[in-house]
Amino acid sequence: MILSVVRTGLISLRRDRGALALSFILPIAFFSIFAVIFGARRDTTPKVDVVVVDEDRSQTSQKLIQGLESEGSLRVRLRPATKQGVEQPEYTAETGEAAVKAGEAPVALIIPRGFGENGMSFGGGENKAAIRLLKDSSDMIAPQVVAGLLQKVAITSMPDVMAELGSKYMDRYAGGFTPEQRKRIDAGLEQLRKQPPARSGGAAAGGASNDAMLISVTTRDVVGENKHSPMVSFYAAAIGVMFLLFTASGASGSLLDEAESGTLDRVLSSHVTMGKLLAGKLLYSGLLAFSQLVLMFLWAWLVFKLDFLPHLLGFVVMGLSTAFAVGAFGMLLASLCQTRAQLGPLSTLVILIMSSVGGSMFPRFLMPHAMQQAGLLTINAWAIDGFTKVFWRDEPVSHLWPQVLVLLTVGVALFAVARRLARRWEYT
Amino acid sequence: MASASADLIASSPLPLRIEGLIKRFGELTAVAGVSLDVNAGECMGLLGPNGAGKSTLIRSIVGRVIPDAGKVTVFGEPADSPGARMTLGWVPQDLALYPRLTCRENLESFGLYHGLRRQALKSAVAWCLDWAALQDRADEPVKRLSGGMKRRLNMAAGLIHRPRLVLMDEPTVGVDPQSRQRIFEMIEKLHGEGMSIIYTTHYMEEAERLCDRVAIIDHGRIIALGSKDELVDNTFSSRSQVLTRFANAGDGVAAWVKQHGGVYDAGAAQFTIEHASEIARLLDAAAKAGYELADVSLRKPNLESVFLQLTGRELRD
Repeated sequence: MILSVVRTGLISLRRDRGALALSFILPIAFFSIFAVIFGARRDTTPKVDVVVVDEDRSQTSQKLIQGLESEGSLRVRLRPATKQGVEQPEYTAETGEAAVKAGEAPVALIIPRGFGENGMSFGGGENKAAIRLLKDSSDMIAPQVVAGLLQKVAITSMPDVMAELGSKYMDRYAGGFTPEQRKRIDAGLEQLRKQPPARSGGAAAGGASNDAMLISVTTRDVVGENKHSPMVSFYAAAIGVMFLLFTASGASGSLLDEAESGTLDRVLSSHVTMGKLLAGKLLYSGLLAFSQLVLMFLWAWLVFKLDFLPHLLGFVVMGLSTAFAVGAFGMLLASLCQTRAQLGPLSTLVILIMSSVGGSMFPRFLMPHAMQQAGLLTINAWAIDGFTKVFWRDEPVSHLWPQVLVLLTVGVALFAVARRLARRWEYT
Repeated sequence: MASASADLIASSPLPLRIEGLIKRFGELTAVAGVSLDVNAGECMGLLGPNGAGKSTLIRSIVGRVIPDAGKVTVFGEPADSPGARMTLGWVPQDLALYPRLTCRENLESFGLYHGLRRQALKSAVAWCLDWAALQDRADEPVKRLSGGMKRRLNMAAGLIHRPRLVLMDEPTVGVDPQSRQRIFEMIEKLHGEGMSIIYTTHYMEEAERLCDRVAIIDHGRIIALGSKDELVDNTFSSRSQVLTRFANAGDGVAAWVKQHGGVYDAGAAQFTIEHASEIARLLDAAAKAGYELADVSLRKPNLESVFLQLTGRELRD
């Protein structure tokens, strides 16, 4: 008898493709995404972009840069990417800071003048020329990685500097060397200077940026330094977009309800054409999605002290673009399905995968480079990037054009496909 | 004066004209060359069993089905034109309503879809609620209404724009006898006001009660057309019907019935006779053939008899 119940359940499950997909495909898809992000193999570990500005231009600073470049987990950028075949000038302190503010890299290192002369020491209290670490505090990982690696590189890739430093301490605290000893030490140092930096592949453990370290580092947030709650705007956008997608697909599902009940036939026999009907549904879904965003950001403003009012215009621009794109996405899902019962599992599957890859569940900077690129295929990523520009980077509305353009284009394209698919309801 | 009015009526376009309509779904021909005129103020019944092609014909008229051939005009305009849509109302077989909206909100929505605004919309909604006797439930969500009330609202929604021709596709499906009676009265009121109606049904008694003329449809064709009396007269003339059941129906009974001019279907047979004396001869012949007739009755032919006579099948097959 019990087995009969099991048999009935299995037959029902086999006929319900949506439930099958949710039962077996979704867990595997999610497991794979998380495994790629957090359990990645060595060759897929995300690299940290770091802008390096060498104001010192000494042998020591060059050694340090070479050491950083040899780190497998860093992508050192001394100059911006080539534009239209023209090589760009090297970063300066100003352009390096601007690059971090613009989100081109999460960290910039400024090696100041005098670093080669007085850049390193054991213990604190000395007048060291501190490296300035400029960071985007929305990325909590990269600055830690860079700071740690900086100290590691000093030890492993600059033996000559270390030996010279030891020699200085000998001079200062042990009465110095004899002329013969000094001559030998200088010869040894010369040999060390000629050695290439030690090759290293491992990521460093977290570092500290204080004066007690070998290399003195002063850290400054150049993005988000005055923010009350650094990640609130990110999560308001990230979670908001994910739920917008669910809302839009649910709202568009009314089309399927109407098709099933025969109401759609009645509506289409009036003055309402399929084009007008879909446009109306899109407007409804979009308005619903925008209202949801407004509520979410108002809540973030009132409860989590998000700087909402100064960014109102940017919010409206991004909110409307996002609402349009997710509305069109909902229309497409609905027009792909035959019944409301099909829509539920399909939308859950697609939206959860889009949200995980697109950065709604965890920031994209945690992901391997390839997955970050894949995320750009989702509405989530573009919307979150746009909201981040507005609320995190304080960028003007004119800087939102790439995100707005992509979201509007995606919205138009999805709506056009939905319109084409909806022809099956138009006439028999 | 009377002659001028008659000329005007004669020159006015017909509420509905269907010419040579054909619709195929793959191998199946759902409508196989139907031609039909509906006159002003007339209630035309489309009578046929399930699958006969009635709904496809109706959906072709309202522009929801694109015919493979033929032409449909509503008051002289193509059926899919905006002008036709304004003069044409449709009551679909399904409950095509928004379940979470109230009766009033449903009527307002469909009124807006038909282009009604402000006072015109308000008065149309009031008329519909009154016609369907739903004033007391006007602000009740549809999902809380009884089946009969939903049916009435479904009909009212098809009339919100006050069309001059209304197509009713089996509007009494699934309703109890009391609600059906209410629906008949609603339709009779419309008919009395001069509205042209097409009424599809597979209930013979509905067609007999409501319709001025009836088109009997089978396999996508109109096999007979006329008033009830015309159809009966044309099919049976002055003859009567003998209905009988066989207590011991064997393999050869259908052939025996056919040999004696009757129609056999599912253990029962129907014969047409000119005089009552023919009944005795029929019984005698059955006894000689070894058949035992369990029940014999004499009746005046009706539309169901006509359908059985013309198609060899019961109307509710």
